[in-house]
Order: sequence, then structure tokens, then C-alpha cells
Amino acid sequence: MRQFRTSLALPAVAAGIATLAGTAIAVGIITNPTTATDPPTGPAPVVSAQAMPEMSMHPTASPTAASGQDAPVATNAVAIQNFAFSPAIVTVKVGTTVTWTNRDQDAHTATAMSGGFHSPTLNAGQSYQYTFTTPGRFEYLCTIHPFMTATVVVTP
Amino acid sequence: MSAPLDPKGMSRRQLLRHTAWFGAAVVLTVTGGEVISHLGGTPAAAAAQDPHALRFVQISDSHLGFHGPANADVTGSFSRAINQVNALGLRPDFVMHTGDLTHLSTPDQFDQVRQMLGGLRTGAVFTVPGEHDSVDDHGQKYRAMFGSGTHGDGWYSFDVKGVHVIALVNTLALERLGHLGADQLDFVRNDVANLPSDTPIVVFSHIPLFAMYPAWGWGTDDATQALSYLRRFSSVTCLNGHVHQLFSKTENNITFYSATTTAYPLPHPGQGPGPIPLTLPAGQLGTALGVRDVTYQPGQHALAIRDRKLA
Repeated sequence: MRQFRTSLALPAVAAGIATLAGTAIAVGIITNPTTATDPPTGPAPVVSAQAMPEMSMHPTASPTAASGQDAPVATNAVAIQNFAFSPAIVTVKVGTTVTWTNRDQDAHTATAMSGGFHSPTLNAGQSYQYTFTTPGRFEYLCTIHPFMTATVVVTP
Repeated sequence: MSAPLDPKGMSRRQLLRHTAWFGAAVVLTVTGGEVISHLGGTPAAAAAQDPHALRFVQISDSHLGFHGPANADVTGSFSRAINQVNALGLRPDFVMHTGDLTHLSTPDQFDQVRQMLGGLRTGAVFTVPGEHDSVDDHGQKYRAMFGSGTHGDGWYSFDVKGVHVIALVNTLALERLGHLGADQLDFVRNDVANLPSDTPIVVFSHIPLFAMYPAWGWGTDDATQALSYLRRFSSVTCLNGHVHQLFSKTENNITFYSATTTAYPLPHPGQGPGPIPLTLPAGQLGTALGVRDVTYQPGQHALAIRDRKLA
């Protein structure tokens, strides 16, 4: 079972009270950890500047991925910060919704190199979600800063 | 005021092809803060005085819409660059913007940059797109505004005063590195097929056509193929943006020049975690920004490239 902790680095646009599934949550408070398994609900892709449960959660190991950046991490939350995707490689099971959150001041995108998902421009604080329905290895980049590359590995 | 012109507006038949360029070592000199390069030892100033010379300006990476500490006023610095071009003292035959006109490809940013480019006093304004100009639409908004008369995803060529100019698009199908693609490679091959080998060639692109620093995406993965069509020409000059700093390299008959930016500097290759906007100490930003003017004087077989710091 993965462990999660709250993030204190949420962007201003996401600050405040968000309501999801009838539960009012305050930023910085641990939400229902079971939501981190991300049942494939809702359309994908979507973009949102609203605070979603996934946005406040990171793997305990290394939320900034400053070390071991290229080691696969089992998480459905990717931070975009310091002009890098963090973690650089994530592993999820089929049906998982991955959330990218831009924590930089500059804008970014998360765009699959071989098609599949293409976020709109994510300004500071905005998030993008995509649900992976097929297994495989999905390499992606930021079209605004194409030196920023990363991978989602989807397992059966 | 000069609006962007149809690249087809200049006829190849207008050429003065009785002259030739000869490949030579690039000489760089620094005078009064300007970096000047010229071939064959011909003084740049002499070429500039020739009324028959081709003179054009390259500006690049204006990133209108950028907000960050590296430059709090990209509109202001771009405006200064335009004023500097207009104050060169000689109306350039054309001005080429080598991409990243906008920062995020929004309609407002495209509208703003078009209006500002209209303030250039020049015979024509040309552009190539940067990756920031096709953030979310594969370049549709860019082409709607700047793509009139172009081919494919926005590439084109034209002739002026004996020089054949090719403008390429290597920012749309990129995967880490820039990419031209089969259609554009075919265009280049056919475009130069019937040109005499003594025709001077100038190639514009956003991302470098040489491997300046592939780890940061500063190269084009299929550029070698495109350049192979240009090897037979006496002199080929490739001018690019993207890297926000001056750099020059010569490979046989081809010389590459990376231009600086009007917006904000990027680190030198490999210095730091990536090509992330650099915030310079107060008062130093202008030293990293600039404009470039280029002169080709047929009778002297000379090419002069002058990079000027932002005034």
C-alpha cells in the first residue's frame, strides 16, 4: 500500500476549499487515500485548475525526485517543476488516471510523442489528467520546452 | 509600416547570379560591443556602403507573453530591438524573425507580435516558427497569421539580389530534437535542384541545423539530409535562433550562426540542469540581448554578419 502525505507546495490557484464527491477538503489536509488508486471515472483528457485529491499527494519517497530521478516510481501524480517532470518515470496500472500539475511559474504541456494524450497549455498551478486504458510505455515531452521528457509505464 | 509579404513575391528571375561566394574561414571581431564576422577578409563596413548589396536583419526569440524574472518586460525589449533595427541607417531588404515570436501561441500574443513587426521599416518581414509558436495546435494559428504563400507546414524560399533564401520549419514534429520530415526534405532537394552551384544560399530555421548541443535538443535529427542537397554550393549560411546566444561553426562550405534573443538569455550548453531562462544581475540583461544584421556584397564575395547588443 502506498503512503501519501500532503503537499505544502500547492499553487495559489489551487488554494482554498475544493469539493469532490461530496467531501469538502482543505488544501494541506490528507484526503481519502483510496482516491489515489484513481478509478477511471470521468472523461479523459481533462484539464482543471481546481484542486483535485491527487494534486495534494506525492509518494513519500521523493516528492521532488531530486535524486533517483530516472528510477520508476509507482504514482499517479507527476509534478512539473524546475523545468522537469517529477518523477521522470512513473508506473501505473491500466485504468489509472495520471495527474500532471504545473508547479513552475512558466507554462508547460504534457504531450505524448506518439500520440494519445496532449494537454493544453498548463499555466502555473493548472493540472491535466489522462486515463491510461492500454498497457505500454508512453514517452512524452513538454512541447514548449521539448528538452523536458519523461515516461509513463502502464502495466496490465 | 511594412506588413509581412508573400514569400513568392520575389522572383528568381530577378537574380544577379553572375557573382559567387567563396567559402572561407569566419573571422570574428569585436568592436564597441558588436561581434562582427566576415568572410574573405572584406571589411563589413565596406559592404554596408554598397547600395547594390543585400542587407537583411535577423531578430529572434521575442517570446511575447513571457512573464518571469529573467525579463519582466519582453514587450519593451522587443520594441527596443525594433527601434534599433529602424535606426540602423540603411533600410534592410528584409527582416527575418527566426521563431518563438510568442511564448504560448495565444491569439493575443500573435496579434501583438504581428502589430509590432509591422513597425519595422524594411522591404519585407519574414518569419519561421519556433516551438513556442505551435504549443497547442501544430502551428495552425501561426500559419493563419504568417503562412500565406508558404508550402506544407510553413516552409518557403525566395530570391533576392542574387541570394537564394530558404526558410525551414523544424519545430512541429520534434521529439527532443528538431525535425524537418520527408516532405520538407523533398522541398529542399527540388528547390535547389536547378540552381547554379555558385548561387549563395542562406537558410533560416528556428532550431539549429547543426548539433550544437543535442542533450538539450539543440539540433535537428534529419538536418544532415537537408544539408547534403546544399553541399555542392560554393557558400551556404545557416542562421537559427532557439538557443538565445551567439554561436558560430563552419563545416566545409556551410557556416552556421546561432542568434541571440530579444527576450532572455539561456545558459551555455551543459551549464546547469537545462536550457532554463537565466536571470542576470540587475542592469545586465541588455548585454545578452540583441539584433543581427547581415550584408552580402556581390562584387566583394563577402558576407558580413554583425551582432549588436540591444541598445
